[in-house]
Amino acid sequence: MLAYAFRRVLSAIPIALIAVTACFFILRLAPGGPFDGERALPPTVLANLRAHYNLDQPLIVQYFLYVWRLLQGDLGPSMVIDGFNVSELIAIGFPFTLTMALSAFVIATIVGMIAGMVAAAYQNKWPDYVLVLGVMIGVLIPNFLMAALLQLWFGVYLKWVPAGGWVSGSWVHLVLPVTVLAWPHAGRISRLMRGSMIETLGTNYVRTARAKGLGERLVLMRHAIKPALLPVVSYLGPGLSYLLTGSLAVEQVFGLPGIGKYFVTAALNRDYGVVLGTTILYMFIILALNLLVDLVYAWLDPRVRYR
Amino acid sequence: MKFTTAFKAVATAGVMALLMSTAASAVTLQLHNGGDPGTLDPHKASGDWENRVIGDYIEGLLTESPSAEAIPGQAESWDISEDGTVYTFHLRDGIAWSDGTPVTAGDFVFAFQRLFDPKTAADYAYLQFPIKNAEKINSGTIAELNELGVKAIDDKTLEITLEASTPFFLEALTHYTAYPVPKHLVEKVGDDWTKVENIIGNGPYLIKEWLPGSYVRSEKNADYYDASNVKIDEVFYHVLEDQAAALNRYRAGEFDILTDFPSDQYQWLQDNMPGQAHVTPFLGIYYYVLNQEEGEVLSDVRIREALSTTVVRDVIGPDILGTGELPAYGWVPPGTSNYVENAYHPAWADTPYEERVEKAKALMTEAGYGPDKPLTLQLRYNTNDNHQRIAVALAAMWEPLGVKIELFNAETAVHYDALRAGDFQVGRAGWLLDYNDPSNTLDLLKDGVDQAGTINWGNNYGRYSNDEFNALMVQASTELDLVKRGELLAAAEKIAMDEFAAIPIYWYVSKDVVSPKISGFEANPKNIFRTRWLSKSE
Repeated sequence: MLAYAFRRVLSAIPIALIAVTACFFILRLAPGGPFDGERALPPTVLANLRAHYNLDQPLIVQYFLYVWRLLQGDLGPSMVIDGFNVSELIAIGFPFTLTMALSAFVIATIVGMIAGMVAAAYQNKWPDYVLVLGVMIGVLIPNFLMAALLQLWFGVYLKWVPAGGWVSGSWVHLVLPVTVLAWPHAGRISRLMRGSMIETLGTNYVRTARAKGLGERLVLMRHAIKPALLPVVSYLGPGLSYLLTGSLAVEQVFGLPGIGKYFVTAALNRDYGVVLGTTILYMFIILALNLLVDLVYAWLDPRVRYR
Repeated sequence: MKFTTAFKAVATAGVMALLMSTAASAVTLQLHNGGDPGTLDPHKASGDWENRVIGDYIEGLLTESPSAEAIPGQAESWDISEDGTVYTFHLRDGIAWSDGTPVTAGDFVFAFQRLFDPKTAADYAYLQFPIKNAEKINSGTIAELNELGVKAIDDKTLEITLEASTPFFLEALTHYTAYPVPKHLVEKVGDDWTKVENIIGNGPYLIKEWLPGSYVRSEKNADYYDASNVKIDEVFYHVLEDQAAALNRYRAGEFDILTDFPSDQYQWLQDNMPGQAHVTPFLGIYYYVLNQEEGEVLSDVRIREALSTTVVRDVIGPDILGTGELPAYGWVPPGTSNYVENAYHPAWADTPYEERVEKAKALMTEAGYGPDKPLTLQLRYNTNDNHQRIAVALAAMWEPLGVKIELFNAETAVHYDALRAGDFQVGRAGWLLDYNDPSNTLDLLKDGVDQAGTINWGNNYGRYSNDEFNALMVQASTELDLVKRGELLAAAEKIAMDEFAAIPIYWYVSKDVVSPKISGFEANPKNIFRTRWLSKSE
């Protein structure tokens, strides 16, 4: 398994390089630049700024300068947020996004799996219908709308939790953002779990277990859960990636200092260094999670062999 | 009494006492500040959301009163030479940076030199170009910073020499570009002086925390000369660009002041929170630029006139935006200082709309366009709901003229890149005044500058060019008599507007929502309210 993991890591290096190169050139070829705002900068100011960030160099030189610095672990400065370099911004934003995403991930996985199992066990009975309805709400309502609605109900009308903002170490500020993030994922996981569980409950070995006189709870816990988990596990990696990279709307509505917000703001402002830095971070997260999921998948299903 | 009961009672009392003492000891202002500050360095800032933070922790020679008028700041008094070109400022006694180092005239000299040094790349250095040799130093024509017209006579006396008498110069000194920076610190740590671990100030507040994407936090400076009158102990400048979410948080009691709100919520605010929304005329103009470069279809003044006169400006503020922005027919916002009393108002503005449309149709026919030969124009605007609504409305207003509008929206950087490159026909733009003087808007219509064989049009996106207009602007810049100067500028405005150099649409308004807990807030045309004048009741 170790050799397999090592090979996967090695194969990720060219993928990473291609992604960085593509991102670098696409970004530079896009119209507009980091110093294009509502007001024209005096030419001397613009020239000095461009020289300061090497933007006056030919594009290919800029590329090699960037890669050279990257190899030394330097993601460069932000061109828009003065006084912060990209690593500092990531150091501020990423732990926050990670906390939020992991909280949502754990909650969504637990709630989703339990809901899926219950729905499967009570297939076509009222608990199944109630759970399906709850799931559909989470999946169908876009998260920016869900964020605004929860903010209004629980923050403005009921005042149970803060309507937004962030205070270091204050978990109560995370209640609404994490709920908004977790809900659709819990929904998807429960649907996968329900379908998979229903299928597993119809297999021969489950029928055999029942025929041997085992109680329904034991059948579920001992024989049905593990195989039923396979599609759920397949989803968990991309699911966590999505939670880590897709929290932008939530961060915007609640005014949170997450990495998704930095990424989109930087893309709009053409803050090249921040866009590239966050892209590289996202890329590593996705590659790492995919690898992790493959390893877990193989552990769950011994028929899977490493090649 | 049981031990546990006694313990609970003592603990409860303790917690209550702690909460009460905290509430009594710290008054915190929760200010919704909108955008994320890109910098805390006064020489690199460019937005009002940065100004709110910077103006609270650094004070210039002059500062703003509650109504945003220029009042003494670090300078206690000043003398002005008879010809209006030499200003001598006398600094207050006992003023110091928050690390205890005295604020001296040398800090101001250093700051102005840094501002104009091309290496600093200060966006707004041009606002202080009235200072002698400032422009030449900034453009690199003069390399020696000591030739700047700013000298320290001694630690407490600063002398500033101008190129020519400038009526708005004292007002310009309230701008953050004129703020001092701590020479001793900048020389030690360079541009890192605004990092939170280094930063110091001389204003009523001190920066304590900066969490990009979330907030900046500052605390009262006990050593500020007017600290005894500063009532707010702590300020959170919250970053939140989603206006609907900001309004929700205001309603939840998490913000004390909103610096913007969704226009379509104005009526709701008036109905449900009467007196809390302040919509105030703001020194700024929302307009459309028309590309008049040679060979462009809009270089034909007849088409420009047809387009401008058929815009129904009266419906835009009240109906399309909902916040009642006033229709604009001229170029200089009402209320601008140093100007003539009667604002420019074209005769066509008072003619019935049907007549205007008929005349416009005739002009279009003269220019060779009409229903049989429609004119197709691309209209560019930057992504924003209000810009889109206005663009759609204008397209409908121009349809009877046989003008077909293709709407094209882009994000801000791309939009302005296209305007500057002249890659547009009709484009949305706006201008908020940096200082209260008509020249600040009229300069937008001045000729481009020839640089290395190409013309740099700066903010004159439409490439409007008129020699008579330019000559009047030059004449006004050296006119000492304020009344005559105002008349010269008004004559320039009339020339440009009569030639439909651009299409003014409406005068901006500022949109603040202020909690009844806050006292000392005074709505004003600059929309500047410094925290030192505010207080908050529980």
